[in-house]
Amino acid sequence: MTEFDVDKIRQDFPILAEQIRKKPLVYLDNAATCQKPQPVIDSIVHLYSHDYANVHRGVHTLSVRSTDLFESARTKVKDFINARSDKEIIFVKGATEAINLVAQTYGKANIHNGDEIIITAMEHHSNIVPWQMLCEQTGAILKVAPINLQGELIYDEFEKLINDKTKLVSVVHMSNALGTINPVKQIIAAAHARNIPVLLDGAQAIPHMTVDVQELDCDFYVFSGHKLYGPTGVGVLYGKQALLEAMPPYQGGGDMIRKVTFTETEYNTLPYKFEAGTPDIAGVIALGAAIDYLTAIGMDNIAAYEAELLCYATEKALTIKGLRIIGEAEHKGAILSFVLDKIHPHDIGTMLDSLGIAIRAGHHCAMPVMDFYQVPATARASFAMYNTKAEIDVLMNGITSLIEVFG
Amino acid sequence: MFDDLRDLYQEVIFDHNRNPRNFRVMDNADRKVEGFNPLCGDRLTLFLKMKGNLIEEASFQGSGCAISTASVSLMTEIIQGKTEAEAEELFKKFHEMTTGKDEHFNLEAIGKLAVLAGVREYPARVKCATLAWHTLDAALKNEQQSISTE
Repeated sequence: MTEFDVDKIRQDFPILAEQIRKKPLVYLDNAATCQKPQPVIDSIVHLYSHDYANVHRGVHTLSVRSTDLFESARTKVKDFINARSDKEIIFVKGATEAINLVAQTYGKANIHNGDEIIITAMEHHSNIVPWQMLCEQTGAILKVAPINLQGELIYDEFEKLINDKTKLVSVVHMSNALGTINPVKQIIAAAHARNIPVLLDGAQAIPHMTVDVQELDCDFYVFSGHKLYGPTGVGVLYGKQALLEAMPPYQGGGDMIRKVTFTETEYNTLPYKFEAGTPDIAGVIALGAAIDYLTAIGMDNIAAYEAELLCYATEKALTIKGLRIIGEAEHKGAILSFVLDKIHPHDIGTMLDSLGIAIRAGHHCAMPVMDFYQVPATARASFAMYNTKAEIDVLMNGITSLIEVFG
Repeated sequence: MFDDLRDLYQEVIFDHNRNPRNFRVMDNADRKVEGFNPLCGDRLTLFLKMKGNLIEEASFQGSGCAISTASVSLMTEIIQGKTEAEAEELFKKFHEMTTGKDEHFNLEAIGKLAVLAGVREYPARVKCATLAWHTLDAALKNEQQSISTE
């Protein structure tokens, strides 16, 4: 596709034709999870109708077919993020599990009492709690780089936190609560100058931009399939091969072993070493279908279209009296987090729902961010490639009307 | 524009949200309990002044959505002058009304509080309405959480 055709894209998403409370659905909760195009839905139906069996095990035809589809999805992920090898692509449940995996394997092996881990003040709980747990287990210390009122990382303060005790930097690529896109290349360069590995939480970034792990030179990159137009239950841990090779396994079980006796076990090679048990076969294959779909449209085209949407939404929002945008970073993805004077986000959420508009109201699993802005919660409209300016008009009219009703 | 929501957001609720009743810190409270709904961030502090087993005065502070603010505002009005047992009985009825298990629930029997019956249709909002009452329940049952000014 050379030209971005949003009408054509919308036709690929059956759920967008739904009526919610007798109104056309306006789905603006994409940062929580996004909807699925027909090819992704079809891939699951087709697999279970024609090709399904367990992977990496049988000699029978279906097992071979399933395994081929499963492994070709791995190659699709590898190409999508430009990893060097399929061995660097580990399938997990989601971004959360990927971070926990790194904390409990790389972290336990390399981070010790008194060592430091750096995160930022805009992290999702999933990039806070696994490190707190590791710190409890090891005596390591969690350091938090602060943000400014625009919702941007204060880079100088981040850099000051790096020292000889720092053993890992784990930062969000794009914030789910604020939309901020972090200067990750700069962060990685600073950390690498001291041989400190960097994990990027790409859960939000991955559906909105081209991600090239070699160009970024990150050591780990994690994301969830369901935010990338794929199914729930599957996610990806990318890790540089040398790091993954040196890490102890995460869970023990089938698939992750080469040889087992009751006295000793020889672990399997990458990537299987980290994939114990039967994986989410259909989920992985459908994620591959999602990647095919996105690749055909082009991530750069999606990024350009969404930037236009965000710009339009921001301009409109700023004209509404009593509306305050939370998160005004210069580099920002398609997320509009806001509060209204004297109207609680949950009331906003319920009122907009009655108009068919789905937004998120709450703390977005980023309670420290809410504390920083001294708000209990925010309302958040988060956009995807299938959203339109007409839908943003519906949202803004809805907000204006509910402000009138609340008086 | 919001016709479908008329049952949930009645005028009384907007009124209590705009001008919450008994919205103040009570310095000489006999009981002070905090209620918090971590899912939505609603937070309130309930103050009670007791005379024997009678709730002489009730007030609150906090921030929440219109439903939770109206609910606690209405509650502080209604429980003043009630005994602990009467207040517990109201809590039971309120809980029955908002969780909507009894289809034949007699709305007249609950008086003013009936304006909150609309949450039955919005499962995600039931907790907003009941936070005040769970906080009251804790204040009445759990002496350890209460403070004494004496």
